[in-house]
Amino acid sequence: MTDDIAVVGFAQAPNVRRTHGTTNGVEMLVPVFKELLDGTGLSVADIGFWCSGSSDYLAGRAFSFIAAVDAIGAFPPINESHVEADAAWALYEAWVKIRTGEVDTALVYGFGKSSASELRRILSLQLDPYTVAPLWPDSVSIAGLQARLGIESGAWSQAEMASVVARGRAAAKHNPYAQLAGEYTVAELLAEPHLADPLRKHDCAPITDGAAAIVLASASRAPELCARPAWITGMAHRVESGQLGARELARSPSTATAAEVALGGRSGVDMAELHAPFSHQELLLRQAIGLSERVTVNPSGGALCGNPMFSAGLERIGQAAARVHSGAADRVLAHATSGPVLQQNLVCVMEGRDS
Amino acid sequence: MTAGPAPLQAPLDIGFDYTRSLGPVLGRFMAGLAARRIHGVRGSDGRVLVPPVEYDPSTAAPLTELVEVANEGTVVSWTWVSEPLADQPLARPFAWALIRLDGADTPMLHAVDAGPEDRVSTGMRVRARWAPEPAGRITDIECFEAIDKPGGSPAPGEIGEPVTMMTAPVQLRYTHTVSPEESHYLRGLAEGRLLGGRCPRCGKVYIPPRGACPTDGVPTVGEVELPDHGVITTFCIVNVPFLGQRITPPYVAAYVLLDGADIPFLHLVLGCRAEQVRMGMRVRAVWQPREQWGTTLHNIDHFEPTGEADAPFESYARHL
Amino acid sequence: MSKQRAAVIGTGQTKHTTKRLDVSMAGLCREAIDRALADAGVDWPDIDAVVLGKAPDLFEGVMMPELALADALGAPGKPLLRVHTAGSVGGSTANVAASLVQAGVHRRVLAVAFEKQSESNAMWALSIAPPFTMPVGAGAGGYFAPHVRSYIRRSGAPDHIGALVAVKDRRNGARNPYAHLHQPDITVDSVLSSTMLWDPIRYDETCPSSDGAAALVLADEAAADAARQPVAWLRATAMRTEPTTFAGRDQVNPQAGRDAAAALWTSAGIRDPLAEVDVAEIYVPFSWFEPMWLENLGFTEQGNGWRITESGDTELGGRLPVNPSGGVLSSNPIGASGLLRFAEAASQVMGRAGDCQVDGARTALGHAYGGGSQYFAMWVTSATKEW
Repeated sequence: MTDDIAVVGFAQAPNVRRTHGTTNGVEMLVPVFKELLDGTGLSVADIGFWCSGSSDYLAGRAFSFIAAVDAIGAFPPINESHVEADAAWALYEAWVKIRTGEVDTALVYGFGKSSASELRRILSLQLDPYTVAPLWPDSVSIAGLQARLGIESGAWSQAEMASVVARGRAAAKHNPYAQLAGEYTVAELLAEPHLADPLRKHDCAPITDGAAAIVLASASRAPELCARPAWITGMAHRVESGQLGARELARSPSTATAAEVALGGRSGVDMAELHAPFSHQELLLRQAIGLSERVTVNPSGGALCGNPMFSAGLERIGQAAARVHSGAADRVLAHATSGPVLQQNLVCVMEGRDS
Repeated sequence: MTAGPAPLQAPLDIGFDYTRSLGPVLGRFMAGLAARRIHGVRGSDGRVLVPPVEYDPSTAAPLTELVEVANEGTVVSWTWVSEPLADQPLARPFAWALIRLDGADTPMLHAVDAGPEDRVSTGMRVRARWAPEPAGRITDIECFEAIDKPGGSPAPGEIGEPVTMMTAPVQLRYTHTVSPEESHYLRGLAEGRLLGGRCPRCGKVYIPPRGACPTDGVPTVGEVELPDHGVITTFCIVNVPFLGQRITPPYVAAYVLLDGADIPFLHLVLGCRAEQVRMGMRVRAVWQPREQWGTTLHNIDHFEPTGEADAPFESYARHL
Repeated sequence: MSKQRAAVIGTGQTKHTTKRLDVSMAGLCREAIDRALADAGVDWPDIDAVVLGKAPDLFEGVMMPELALADALGAPGKPLLRVHTAGSVGGSTANVAASLVQAGVHRRVLAVAFEKQSESNAMWALSIAPPFTMPVGAGAGGYFAPHVRSYIRRSGAPDHIGALVAVKDRRNGARNPYAHLHQPDITVDSVLSSTMLWDPIRYDETCPSSDGAAALVLADEAAADAARQPVAWLRATAMRTEPTTFAGRDQVNPQAGRDAAAALWTSAGIRDPLAEVDVAEIYVPFSWFEPMWLENLGFTEQGNGWRITESGDTELGGRLPVNPSGGVLSSNPIGASGLLRFAEAASQVMGRAGDCQVDGARTALGHAYGGGSQYFAMWVTSATKEW
């Protein structure tokens, strides 16, 4: 198919609790861009389209994303756009742009300095501004409500949540960019106190500063830029109601639909990177996508081992694509989320082709 | 410029009391709260959604039929807050809960003041505790409490006119960090020095120096000390007062291109009448008394004319 | 990969005013959306995806408000994208929505943009001075006024050009029932005698602060062919960005705007924009930006933009009517202002611009810019599928 588009490069900043950088991401992005462009052999002028994802509220400034453009060296001027969402949605916009035939390469990036303020409180501002946000319910508490709904309905258990954490932290020992890693037993984890009952601290993604970037290329360009491109065979995203009470919080119909569209009727994948900022959400997403027990989930450790806001979703796509690039996997699925308790979800399916 | 002391940081507080107009549906809901009554709205499928929404989550149809529901209901899910954050409904440990009020089909989110955590449970019956003087906002419900708790609120009142507006204060605290390059420049300012940096690719001198040269995407390097005088490239006279303004208008905000720099920065020009300021006028820095210097461009109180002949237009035309 | 044809099949906007206290943010958006759906002759099930544009979240104090507004936007179960490219965002929103159709991903896409400035104070939000800096900033007017001064100096334009633009746009706005300001009696003398806010920009040469929203429905060729009313075919789109400041940056005639325009005209097959474009909706928040953008867009040589303003060529009935709707000078719901330009450009070639209609308009430009004159988005619409 000539319409095919592939991920041909991925780079990320280390996931860390706090950087000394500015909130415009420049210090994190400059080395990421260098690694990505060096790796693909592309120059700034070779990139047909740029698209980024970030948040003014994370930075505490209007138009915070504008300064990030400095990290590109954007002169002569570039063809560029920005989403106020996780950069996975910027990748979607770039994928669409290549499909129009106007450009054949795109560089997508996301960045965020969550340590600049009190993240869980800032995220209250995503809730209904009339009837919910004035109460300042924080993002961890909202996730706690969701976790209990699933526990009490039998959809998942605290022990299963702990095993997600144990598996993720162990896997993250092999990810040099992970913020948290280590060997833990389920019993050890369950002995920890609650942070937002039924959530324990390890059930919640850490606060992370980070950045990530991906290069997309059309079928005509991808083979020259990457030995084994990760071809995007399907990508879709869906949103749910903005009213918490109107949603089925223990399910994720938007993920299910996005996955169904992105998988295109071929359900088998070798591995999946799921953007689950809370342990129960990995279990919830697994169910929504219909991943079988055999599918390895979050070999990077996932968002529970580092959750750089506004690039963690893009990082999932990059981590999954990197396994196709290396030959470790043939068909992979990546998921990204945005908004309170999985309100908006994106699924991207990629595969390697050995001719 | 990776070595050296840590980058400078300072608090950045952002606060505003947002003024939200409510529209007809939420306006009636809030009027109900002011009368200690809770309403939902009937959705396209006949369900009663609480709090009311203006547009149906499934069909997007406008919803207008308000339905009064009970002030009491059942906890559907809950989580425990042992250390409440600023502005949350209660300052002591409490539970957030999804509460389905009697007569409602969807749960609403609010706080439950339950005492110790072991008193909270799913299925628990709770009732609204009203603020002493409800005024038509969601915080009129102070919180929910166990239904068997003695006492209880005054009876509901008559519903008045729809509420038009609500105020939503947002107070956020950030830590603002400047880049290592700019930190070096700010520390130079504390010593009365103006330190620029040079892009290793294009050779341009930036002041302040940059974490990334905007045209080349690489950090500026080195230390280029610049004099405290230069030329006004262009300017405006600010006559307009506004919220948060820290200099009393009228004042001249001018782009000052220091001699030897390749980019101007904005500063204040005093020392002559505003209407005497010209493009091309040569100016020099007037520093604050040395004992007041800090890591800030405030050390330069303003720029003032040097009295020299104006710079020719061609000399700064490429900096406009 | 080849680009699919796309067309605007319906547009809608709110009545813009300083404070729309009769509606919530959802109600504001829906006023524009419901009009766009009606104009397009489609209903919610026909919409495949929604794109929302808005300027900084700090204006309304809601983080990513499209999430809370999802129900009002008819988005649940559908893809929802949020675009934010500073003041150009309304234009970028239209272009992103267009690309969803042009890429063959969707048949009909709803593009929405809004700003409810009365929820806070844009001057405050745009003038938050970070620590360590000089707090000389004074909102958008304070930012752009020095560059207007540079333009006047460089072009040698007479002082009254800004006033001419203000009079033209406000009188045009008086013909537009949705416009915030209706000032049919404004004169050059009254503009020149209005208060100097950010010298050289006067009060009457400044856009108002508005609450408002705009929406349009984009459709693929089959859906556009099925429309009951005339549609606006997209002939070309373009976007370009450059950094806010850099050594030697031309802030008066930015390269990003020139590059975007060059790409736009090439893509549209337009060689002589002044001769071939019938009407232009250009983002002019301060009156002097009309001549500045006329040059930047390539309608005239550098330094000559003010001449076609002075000659009356940009008036309704002139050679190139600019902002017959009244433009940003008559209504400025910031995040929506760009989409309004794009929607008005569509309405003109659809023949549905009411009293602002340019007779026989077949080719129209929609333009938006943002940040420090560094983000540019534009499109050309056509009354016909072939050109």
